[in-house]
Amino acid sequence: MFSDYSWADLGAIFAMQGFAGLTLFAVFVLMALGLAIIFGQMGVINLAHGEFMILGAYVTYLVSTFFAEYMPALFSLYFFVAMFLAFLASGALGLLVEWALIRHLYKRPLDTLLATWGLSLILQQTYRSVFGAREVGVSLPDWMMGSLPLTDLIEVPINGIFVMILAIGISTAVYVMLFRSNWGRQVRAINQNRDMASAVGINAEWTDRLTFGIGCGVAGVAGSAFTMIGSTGPTSGQLYIVDTFLIVVFGGTASILGTIASAFSISQAQSIMEFFLSGSMAKVLTLLVVVGILMLRPQGLFSMKLRK
Amino acid sequence: MTDDTSKRKSGDVNRRAVLAGGTALTASLFLPKSVRAQDYPTAEINTTGLAVTDDAVTIGILHSITGTMAISETGSVQAEKLAIEQINAQGGILGRKIDYIQEDGASDWPTFAEKARKLLVNDKVASVMGCWTSASRKAVLPVFEQHNGFLYYPTFYEGLEQSPNVIYTGQEATQQIIAGLNWVTREKGAKTFYLLGSDYIWPRTSNKIARKHIENFMDGTSVVGEEYYPLGHTQFNSVINKIRLRKPDVIYAIVVGGSNVAFYKQLKAAGIDMTEESPIVLTISVTEDEIRGIGGENIDGAYACMKYFQSLDNDNNIAFVDAFKEMWGEDMVIGDVTQAAYLGPWLWKAAVEAAGSFDVDKVREASPGIELTSAPEGYVKVHENHHLWSKTRVGRAKPDGQYEVVFETADLVEPDPFPEGYQ
Repeated sequence: MFSDYSWADLGAIFAMQGFAGLTLFAVFVLMALGLAIIFGQMGVINLAHGEFMILGAYVTYLVSTFFAEYMPALFSLYFFVAMFLAFLASGALGLLVEWALIRHLYKRPLDTLLATWGLSLILQQTYRSVFGAREVGVSLPDWMMGSLPLTDLIEVPINGIFVMILAIGISTAVYVMLFRSNWGRQVRAINQNRDMASAVGINAEWTDRLTFGIGCGVAGVAGSAFTMIGSTGPTSGQLYIVDTFLIVVFGGTASILGTIASAFSISQAQSIMEFFLSGSMAKVLTLLVVVGILMLRPQGLFSMKLRK
Repeated sequence: MTDDTSKRKSGDVNRRAVLAGGTALTASLFLPKSVRAQDYPTAEINTTGLAVTDDAVTIGILHSITGTMAISETGSVQAEKLAIEQINAQGGILGRKIDYIQEDGASDWPTFAEKARKLLVNDKVASVMGCWTSASRKAVLPVFEQHNGFLYYPTFYEGLEQSPNVIYTGQEATQQIIAGLNWVTREKGAKTFYLLGSDYIWPRTSNKIARKHIENFMDGTSVVGEEYYPLGHTQFNSVINKIRLRKPDVIYAIVVGGSNVAFYKQLKAAGIDMTEESPIVLTISVTEDEIRGIGGENIDGAYACMKYFQSLDNDNNIAFVDAFKEMWGEDMVIGDVTQAAYLGPWLWKAAVEAAGSFDVDKVREASPGIELTSAPEGYVKVHENHHLWSKTRVGRAKPDGQYEVVFETADLVEPDPFPEGYQ
């Protein structure tokens, strides 16, 4: 499969594909972080994760329309406002959902699967009723659309770089919050032993709600960023959900670092294979390898050390 | 039931829409002068127990208005309702007003089959306008053949089918592909092609026909790559890199659904400027409907090969676009399939009037040779094989989301659902 290409070509291929893989990695990290918090720390199987992302995308759409209409001079900056509002909107919806639905189901993890699946259908149909069945077009500021030509063959898309910076920023923020903040310590304490954590005075109920809200908020930011590379429609969230769960489970559910490592290995493997095989075959092989590794190591790549 | 579909009932006739439709259709060969229902006693024109009374006939509309496919099928429903309303305003069919029963296929193929059975067995509808994906058509086909129903199917599709119970008002694959490839080779001097598609039957069959045509029926042209991605795939950087390396003259893209949006956005972000035509992007899967989601600025300069574009400059089409917007809102766009769906009720009306009967067997017999001079796409005619003779056109996408027509075939292209030499 290498013989079709010259050495110079191969060099360029690996550089280009390496970068494509990095972009994919950043996308995966953004998708998976919110779920890693919710699924990893709380054990809630949130099948409506994609719909929380799409809420962020719709908020971005509304903000872009608003700026284009009322503040065209500031249009090039709207994206930052949109990401912030997306975080708030998805986070607020997350708080509401936790209060109304999830908190009644902590003792029954499999029921959360059904409940959140139902929630995802409800949200999809709500988007369809509010925004219409067709996808909406989110217009982007010009500076985000171009690419930087490095060599004749290699061009680096600017939105790829943007997604990468965003992924690094959000991962860092999540890491700091989980491991350096009071809230993070409480979340981890509840994760390890709920009753004991309550006994020492941690408000488990409120911490859960906040955790769920923050996880959903991160999903909203991811959805906002994905308006650059994907579609914004009632069912677009479905496009991401499988990959998202794959990454979180493969990485080891309770580990943020595992999520990042798993996103990196899956994205690089897929991106290199996509080049030499067809797109569908690359996906099949990636999934096969993941299934194989999970059979040998059911706890995923990284796992918390727990006394069993 | 979502957004627009519930706004208007069939009896609520919109004056301007009707007037516009009326002028568009005065040219119809089958325009009835003054048909009265009593000239056609119900017992004579309905011998098989269909839902026909002395003053009304009931048909079915069967599309997805919920679920994934609602995005595509909503336009078809709107077009069919517009056609029905216009026909009613002209006096209906054989003096009878058309009523419709709408069922929701819910983007689920077994549901389509179940609803089709309900329409045919319980409601006894005289014909059905419906289905969009090939999968839904394949699911209802046995039902229509078993209960002898009559379906008007609007979508351009892969061909390789011809049912006595279906009239295909969209293009089969060769009608959509061959003229476009000939055009890009002749006018743009294209020699090398990169074929790309979503991974299911329509893109694969279409690309197979395209490959055969490129390799066997044109001089000096070749395929330098062929690639499929799963439906819903959102990362196209790898294939864009491959395209950059192979340097094809033409990217022949049959990507569908949400993937479409990702593909064009990433193509643009990767620095491939379609307005400069290096490479040329030629697609058969992006209508004006899809551009709304993609964003006009992201697909500016791409070429699409269709039989209809909203921007077609003829009197029929101008009246049709006006009436459509009047009924469904100013910001509506009309894609190829929406126009094909609009033809369904009109073709059925013409066939019923030619047969002088609603009986499915007689309508089927009368269908081949039915002509419409009033179609927005121009003159069309039903072929013996139940597909339509129609022109093929190439349009170039503009930033405002419309296509500028740059080429159309001189003559109608004969439908050929089982093309020899292309299998």
